[in-house]
Amino acid sequence: MTHDHPDHDHHHDNELDPFAARVKALETILVEKGLIDPAAIDAIVDTYEHKVGPRNGARVVAKAWSDPEFAEWLKRDATAAIASLGYMGRQGEHMQAVFNTEDTHNLVVCTLCSCYPWTVLGVPPVWYKAPPYRSQAVINPRGVLAEFGLILPEDTRIRVWDSTAELRYMVVPTRPVETEGLGEDELARLVTRDAMIGTGLPLMPGSREPGAVWPPEAGNGAAS
Amino acid sequence: MSRPEPSAAAGPDAGAADTPFRLPVGSGPDAPVFAEPWQAQAFALAVALHQRGVFTWSEWAAELSRQVARPNAAQDGSDYYQHWLAAIEALLSQKGVTGSEMIDAVSHAWQRAAHATPHGQPILLENDPERA
Repeated sequence: MTHDHPDHDHHHDNELDPFAARVKALETILVEKGLIDPAAIDAIVDTYEHKVGPRNGARVVAKAWSDPEFAEWLKRDATAAIASLGYMGRQGEHMQAVFNTEDTHNLVVCTLCSCYPWTVLGVPPVWYKAPPYRSQAVINPRGVLAEFGLILPEDTRIRVWDSTAELRYMVVPTRPVETEGLGEDELARLVTRDAMIGTGLPLMPGSREPGAVWPPEAGNGAAS
Repeated sequence: MSRPEPSAAAGPDAGAADTPFRLPVGSGPDAPVFAEPWQAQAFALAVALHQRGVFTWSEWAAELSRQVARPNAAQDGSDYYQHWLAAIEALLSQKGVTGSEMIDAVSHAWQRAAHATPHGQPILLENDPERA
């Protein structure tokens, strides 16, 4: 849709979507009551749109792959280990890191709403919050993983972790093969958001193609 | 903790149990997390109100769960931030901060102000023609 209407000079009023108007109304009321500061709202939006995201979690995973002591700490007390890298939960939630192994694959869901480790993964994707994922991840995890193009061997055990407001999970995938010479920054580039939810695997080195095919119709995946 | 099947009372709405999971089109790793600016602002409002101590995060999660479990929730999750907004309103009402009548009134004032504002100019509540 274009905003240029050269053929007529019809006057266009602004229209506010009803939901946008309700959010503006809430802001107006809450600012008047002194309960929120508009600048703080802008700062939170900026943080979650631009500063907090899966890159944080990727650094955590890359460090765990590179530093066995950190990996042990992450296993024992993920909240503290993650905070040591500067990523703190604002809702006072605890973190637990669940490690994939040769025979066990972990998958994270929130069946009740959308609890998600924001500080390491940012804001959850739409599908994570949709009813079918929230129910099917528990009932039919293999079917859900197949939808992501991730087919695991029959004898791989799948553990499903149900997040809550107080305890949120992140998956630490297994380190891809042939990555011995890579530093933490290079390793972090292999760690995708989906690998830390458990709906994907890390990328293979030298490729943007993940071990499991993601995205299914990957077109312009130039090697980085 | 491998979780058993969620009970009807605690899990997502019953209809979802039969709906196979399909990855929505355009939902790759780089998809924007907020579809529209108001969603980001609604997200931030809940975070700010929690920081301010208006509600605890457990209260928030419980209310959001109630909202998203409504039987008419969209299967693709596209109405998620509508539920988010409803959860904020419900908690503000429960806490005696403000009620839906007040929110309705101010939101209509914003819509009138938007309508009275020429295209390209910032929308200000002062532009509401019915403003006293």
